[in-house]
Amino acid sequence: MRLKGRHWFSKTGLWLGLAFLYVPIISMIVFSFNNSRLVTVWDAANSPTLKWYGELFANDQIMGAAWLSIRIAAMTATGAVILGTLAGLVLVRFGPFRGRALLSGMTTAPLVMPEVITGLSLLLLFVALQQLIGWPQSRDVTTITIAHITFSMAYVTIVVQSRLAGFDNSLEEAALDLGAKPGKVFFRITLPLIVPAILSGWLLAFTLSWDDVVVSQFVAGPGSTTLPMVIFSKVRLGVSPDVNALATIMVLIVATGVVVSAIWMRRQERRRAREMQMAVAANK
Amino acid sequence: MAERRNDNKNEPWRDPSAQAYVEIQNVTKRFGDFVAVNNVSLKIYQHEIFCLLGGSGCGKTTLLRMLAGFEAPTSGRILIDGKDMAETPPYERPTNMMFQSYALFPHMSVAKNVSFGLEQEKLPKAEIAQRVDEILDIVKMREYAQRKPHQLSGGQRQRVALARALAKRPKLLLLDEPLGALDKKLREQTQFELINIQERLGVTFVVVTHDQEEAMTLASRIGVMNRGEIVQVGTPSEIYEFPSTRFVADFIGSVNMFEGRLIEDLPDRVRISSPELGGVVYVDHGISAAPGANVWAAIRPEKITLSRAAPADASENCARGIVKEIAYMGDLSIYLVKIESGKMVRITMPNVERLAEHERILWDEQVYLSWHSSSPVVLTQ
Repeated sequence: MRLKGRHWFSKTGLWLGLAFLYVPIISMIVFSFNNSRLVTVWDAANSPTLKWYGELFANDQIMGAAWLSIRIAAMTATGAVILGTLAGLVLVRFGPFRGRALLSGMTTAPLVMPEVITGLSLLLLFVALQQLIGWPQSRDVTTITIAHITFSMAYVTIVVQSRLAGFDNSLEEAALDLGAKPGKVFFRITLPLIVPAILSGWLLAFTLSWDDVVVSQFVAGPGSTTLPMVIFSKVRLGVSPDVNALATIMVLIVATGVVVSAIWMRRQERRRAREMQMAVAANK
Repeated sequence: MAERRNDNKNEPWRDPSAQAYVEIQNVTKRFGDFVAVNNVSLKIYQHEIFCLLGGSGCGKTTLLRMLAGFEAPTSGRILIDGKDMAETPPYERPTNMMFQSYALFPHMSVAKNVSFGLEQEKLPKAEIAQRVDEILDIVKMREYAQRKPHQLSGGQRQRVALARALAKRPKLLLLDEPLGALDKKLREQTQFELINIQERLGVTFVVVTHDQEEAMTLASRIGVMNRGEIVQVGTPSEIYEFPSTRFVADFIGSVNMFEGRLIEDLPDRVRISSPELGGVVYVDHGISAAPGANVWAAIRPEKITLSRAAPADASENCARGIVKEIAYMGDLSIYLVKIESGKMVRITMPNVERLAEHERILWDEQVYLSWHSSSPVVLTQ
């Protein structure tokens, strides 16, 4: 009986926890199909409807902002992966060098830096640069991308660093020994082996850039309003139902990505286990 | 042990005019304050299997890595085939290495691993494919060509690593603990295969190992290392039968050491008075040491005879004691006998016959130890 009681308790805990996390999202999804203009009133007669989705796709401002955000996120992720991978390589490979601790600390500092401060300091830097060398001429896509790279690079560095830490150095030595020059060793051996880390770093940087609003707010100029900024400003003027529709689509995209990657990972694991079994059987 | 014929062709180190293939001249390697390799000079000849033998941290792997080009000597020179290697990076050296961890590329199939080195030489595709097949045949791994390394057993990985290192037909193959990860049975079997492959392809091997049995089986010559220095270089039997120092005698096999003083020193015989033995050791060959010097007589456990009856001449090369321990190993038995001076002496006896219980020498029996006067080795350091 006591056991059953505990079982009941943990089940309740589970459902409460899930409810806490997902009820807001589910209610948002449900209300995105609501016909009423008032967000909190359910118009039972005419719902569900795809009215707001239609309006959303007809809204050039939102569509433009979404496209801009995707472009910025992709550029950010690519830039952050290049810089972050280099930083990770240097930190793991070059042994103890002068200033190593400083570099290590500095690459990871943006993780804990308040976003307001990151944004403000970048804004000040861009303004100062404009006065000194005339670049950047205005605050636009370029400045947003640079700003996003600075804080998302830290995440890539950490992911790549942890992957490289478990890397057998003799693999690279073996490639050198077999006659490959250092550049070739990097592209044929090192890079393929850290590709999973680089990919997850890219996705991480993409999502960080995709939903950033604070830093963007500081370094964006007229004509470079990202999607989160549009949502933010719309909500300040009053919640309109098409925001629900927009948010639902975003949740859907993210959820699909997570589910697909999880399935892919499971498949890879299963295939590997099967191959291992085959190898063991072959050895008998 | 793989005995080799005893002429100058197989033993080029006995021929002063022979040209060494690898010449290590006064090489020292420091890591900060730590001296990993200390003033080592060595000559290694073509078609040799040269084993660098020593405990962990003795500098053997550092020396091998300097041959491969992964470390640069702090001072001294390394010549391979007469060329100074100081400015030659690993990817331009005529050497290939088999790593202790095997270092197989996990994202490539067995065939791709083996062909990696050949692709760097920009050989035509057909030739690469043919040479990969050829070398996989030699190591009997052809049917596994499409497998990935994680699908192979330890022994199979070892073969692939060997094939990959041999694929470029290097003149000099460096092997870092090549059999370390294999179990005992497989190791013995692989040792002989390694020798076969080496003889077939005529490659020069430099093998690093901490396993003296492995060194004895594989090597044409062994270089024993201790604390960054080469202590002795010689054929396996020279090293075993005539160790030059107490370290070598103790490191290779086991040995009983009796400290004593020279009381008779003639060109053809010496006598040592040893309080540790409680008697005199008579040796039927001369040694080079100052009279009255402190010396050690080293006697291998298998060269001592154990008997219940006193030997005919018990005045020299003899001791009496009590059996304290017996370890039955199947092919032989190890006895630990406490002699009258209090020292424990180790003796091994082959179990030639199946003796009945009462015929065997047992615990707490009084026994006599004796040995032939050619058996002891006299060591001065």
